[in-house]
Amino acid sequence: MRVSGEIAIAPAVVAAEGESPFRRLVADFCESRLAVVGLVLFAAVAAVAILAPLVSPQNPYDLRQLNLLEGKQPPGSPSMAGFRFWLGSDDQGRDILSGIFYGLRISLGVGILSALIAFGIGILAGLTAAYFGGLLDSLIMRVVDIQLSFPAILIALILLAVLGQGVDKIIVALVTVQWAYYARTVRSSALVERHKEYVEAAHCLALSRGRILFRHLLPNCLPPVIVVVTVQVAHAIALEATLSFLGIGLPITSPSLGLLIANGFRYLLSGTYWISFFPGIALLIAIVAINLVGDQLRDVLNPRLQK
Amino acid sequence: MTVFLIRRLLQSVAVLFVMSLIVFAGVYAIGNPVDILISPEADQGERERAIRALGLDLPLHQQYLVFLRKAVTGNLGESFVFSEPALGLILKRMPATLELALAAMVLAVVVGIPLGMWTGLYPGAPSSRTIMVGSILGFSLPTFWVGLMLIMVFAVMLGWLPSTGRGQTGTVLGVTSSIFTVDGLRHLVLPAFNLALFRIALIIRLTRAGVRETLLQDFVKYARAKGLRERRVIFVHVLKNILIPVLTVLGLELGGVIAFAVVTETIFAWPGMGKLLVDSFNHLDRPVIVAYLLLMVCMFIAINFLVDALYSVLDPRVRIVTRGT
Amino acid sequence: MLCHTTSALLAVLAILAVAFPIAAQDEITIALGADVTSADPHYHNLSPNNNLAAHIFDRLVHQDERQGLIPGLALSWRTIDDTTWEFHLRQGVRFHDGNPFDAQDIVATLKRAPNVPNSPSSFGLYTKAIKEVIVVDPYTVRLKTATPHALLPNDLSSIYVISRKAESASTADFNTGKATIGTGPFKLAEFVLKEKIVLTRNDNYWGPKPEWRRVTFKLITNDSARVAALLAGDVQMIENVSTPDIERLKANKDFALFSAVSNRVIYLHLDSNRDQPPFVTDKAGKPLAKNPLKDVRVRRAMSKAINRPAIVERIMSGAAIPAGQLLPEGFFGVSPNLKADAFDPAGARKLLAEAGYPDGFRVTLHSPNDRYVNDEQIAQAVAQMLTQAGIDTRVEAMPSAPFFTRATKLEFSLMLVGWGSGTGETSSPLRSLLATFDKDKGTGAANRGRYSNPKMDALVEQALVTVDDQKRAKLLAEASEVAMNDVGIIPLHYQVSFWGARKGLTYLPRADEYTLAHLVQKSKGN
Repeated sequence: MRVSGEIAIAPAVVAAEGESPFRRLVADFCESRLAVVGLVLFAAVAAVAILAPLVSPQNPYDLRQLNLLEGKQPPGSPSMAGFRFWLGSDDQGRDILSGIFYGLRISLGVGILSALIAFGIGILAGLTAAYFGGLLDSLIMRVVDIQLSFPAILIALILLAVLGQGVDKIIVALVTVQWAYYARTVRSSALVERHKEYVEAAHCLALSRGRILFRHLLPNCLPPVIVVVTVQVAHAIALEATLSFLGIGLPITSPSLGLLIANGFRYLLSGTYWISFFPGIALLIAIVAINLVGDQLRDVLNPRLQK
Repeated sequence: MTVFLIRRLLQSVAVLFVMSLIVFAGVYAIGNPVDILISPEADQGERERAIRALGLDLPLHQQYLVFLRKAVTGNLGESFVFSEPALGLILKRMPATLELALAAMVLAVVVGIPLGMWTGLYPGAPSSRTIMVGSILGFSLPTFWVGLMLIMVFAVMLGWLPSTGRGQTGTVLGVTSSIFTVDGLRHLVLPAFNLALFRIALIIRLTRAGVRETLLQDFVKYARAKGLRERRVIFVHVLKNILIPVLTVLGLELGGVIAFAVVTETIFAWPGMGKLLVDSFNHLDRPVIVAYLLLMVCMFIAINFLVDALYSVLDPRVRIVTRGT
Repeated sequence: MLCHTTSALLAVLAILAVAFPIAAQDEITIALGADVTSADPHYHNLSPNNNLAAHIFDRLVHQDERQGLIPGLALSWRTIDDTTWEFHLRQGVRFHDGNPFDAQDIVATLKRAPNVPNSPSSFGLYTKAIKEVIVVDPYTVRLKTATPHALLPNDLSSIYVISRKAESASTADFNTGKATIGTGPFKLAEFVLKEKIVLTRNDNYWGPKPEWRRVTFKLITNDSARVAALLAGDVQMIENVSTPDIERLKANKDFALFSAVSNRVIYLHLDSNRDQPPFVTDKAGKPLAKNPLKDVRVRRAMSKAINRPAIVERIMSGAAIPAGQLLPEGFFGVSPNLKADAFDPAGARKLLAEAGYPDGFRVTLHSPNDRYVNDEQIAQAVAQMLTQAGIDTRVEAMPSAPFFTRATKLEFSLMLVGWGSGTGETSSPLRSLLATFDKDKGTGAANRGRYSNPKMDALVEQALVTVDDQKRAKLLAEASEVAMNDVGIIPLHYQVSFWGARKGLTYLPRADEYTLAHLVQKSKGN
């Protein structure tokens, strides 16, 4: 998905004497209170998602725990099993709060997993293209260009129509949509780094190609890519939600936040707004948190903004 | 230059070919449209008649060959559902989508660039902070959610604007569009804003980043030292320099806007191509799906080609590099 | 510059915020919920298409709001012998172009209806019983059938009569309006695919004059958008009010709701035929020795485990009636002795134990997610209830396209499906859903569980050739009893259709779910 034309292509963090670059990065990052808030929010969201079975009052996917007659209860109503529907219940009698926790799991899981896999594939492709050059470079970049010229949603639509439904298929679609962007970013970085002295030095030392690529070249290409990762995770989550809304996303057996919103959509205008509204807020918080973090990272890592 | 052109052309044809193969086979694999189209009360004989009528009794590769043969003459098949030429169906609905997409882009530029410049020039001001937070929201909110919120607030609760559909169209200089009538404009506002929100946020951030970077550049310091008025510095020198990357991104985004209109069209019942596509997916109306995707591919290839050409014309650095190779 | 832009923007918005125009008193805009694929009445046997056709064309035989047969272009009909029907046609009827209607138009219609090229769902279904068409005089027509065919008038109530001039017209000609000349209450003014249809009143209509000089149908397939359009005043009436909005409209004094039970039953189809059906295992996932669904006690247990009133109240918001057979009370061929199973989880568990499954078993319920009202939600509720009775149920919902493809290939063992009886009598579902699958006879075409009961088959076969209405109704009721006592399928509920309209309008709601503008009237005293 296209985000911006900005690419930082130099070792990004200028460290002060005697201070590790990482320390410097953290200090710069914390200069923005908003970004710190974002990080805290994200940590909270991630924690809740991981610990979902422990913190949820109800397992919304265990059909034995549900009762149809408790459907569409407003927020705060008591349930027959003893706990409270803090955010209300949906039409099947599922606790919305529990649904959000489990849904976050799937949304975050799908978003992060697909971003990481795309990250891996993209780095491999980008590094290979930059390092080996020539025909391989042309070939890879041709594929990347062609793919980047298609909007993400179109690619996802086609792939999902062909593959069908399922968590694995959504991840395949999201990975396919994202990898090209990582590849291009890494390649630009690597092209510049390739000519620097430390790579020459490594060559002279007759280190293996693999070692050069992964121990020396890669770490210096990472800063811009990290920014891309944060933004892409947010986009992956939003894209999955949109696909679920259009009806071709995840199956109902593994409802992500997007699917929860889509299912509750019909109720928004008719009074039982909580079924769609609260998962929407949860999705919003997750995405905004990630974007806040990504924003500040980009500002901090952008060498052209160094004073 | 001609080598570039020919290579691009060949690649485009290859991409078209591969795309059509993938989609053709893929849609075939999902299911048989006959099962959804025929009356449930039909018996087995009727089902077989329908299969023959739609040409689905031939083996897949033969169906594809039939398609290819017709495609070369410009006939991309007839819709299974509507009995009208697939390409005609899409082209009839294209103006509505293009209108929506262009309106969204115009909104994005008209709203986004000024706001972005403001936040870039006065990054510490509280108004800038609010705009930035707003841009993050605009970036993160899923389009479909915003769409329904807009309908709920502006159409149902306040009653200011209509909730669905396209308004009346007017014709000026041979171009028919709903921007030429007040009714048409009223129907256009909400969907265009819904579609534009994401791009507005994007442009605000891009412009802001561009302004902040450019302000630190030497030529700006030099211009100020020369004694030029601040206004001239900003609007002539800074703006020109940030416009190029912003506009190229916009150009590339145009394709994305057209594709993403699918969601907006579904919510606002806007009679465009995107809605036709989603409905065709649900009906397995393969000729329409294939025709739509091929059309989109052609359009993107054309847009990208134009942008690349424009870029090489506008940006002298690129020209110098290509001259050297 | 920023200030100027903002104030300009505000000014534009202010100008735009004008009150919307008030529609003229004899014009009405109605929002439809499903796409009309063509204005050609013989192209596609699809409800929305037939709905539109009913405005522009007439049929020989019409259906009233309960799907009872009433005279249309035919004043009366009778059988002369077992295979010959005689129809007396209405005189003095004119087409929209002024030409008079007579028997030759019927001949042309019956020739064209089954032969439209590229038809995805042909009307040949309704004409194939007709062997010969004889014109006795300009206002009398005789139809000969190959074998005794009791449902001929029902079949004819689905075929729209076109002018003989349009006999060789193409579907495109109808879409542009060139051939769309009928005898109906409205003329076609504009047809824009997937967007809107405009009709104008036929002032020379033979029937009651419609109140509306101009009718605009807007096609809004998204449920929420359709309701929003009604609430915002963009349309004056909508069909298919979605269940979450029914309560809301009921409470709103500016709007009125009209409802009628429809001919659509939502049911569970089970594989009662194969020994090793897919997706049926024991609770550990291992295959079972035999197919539990073959045992009528297991099927009855499943039916008892389902709390139909809860589904009706919670999932359907009251827009349904619990079902015990294939059509609701009052329809043709319904048995007065069949009631919906009461919710009895204890009884269900007892029956399961009796049948040899005290610990239950595991099954997957497949359902479409975009075909019937709340289909996916109903499936989830049913799964919940079956699980609590001991049968672990997983739900897999998918779009109609793959669902019907796979279901027809018999890839499922338990599925949620719906059936709308277009003819308004139980012969339709009995023949297609429950009769033994026989390609040559054309029976059991939708029998995806391959249920087979020879006793029921014989009753249905006899009914289909019994012209006497009373006798046929009795046979059909008996066949229904045989099938339901054997739990051939598990009926869940009948759908209730809701129409919403601005206060001041009334509509006589219909069982066939059609929205007919000529039956929309301004209520008295407004």
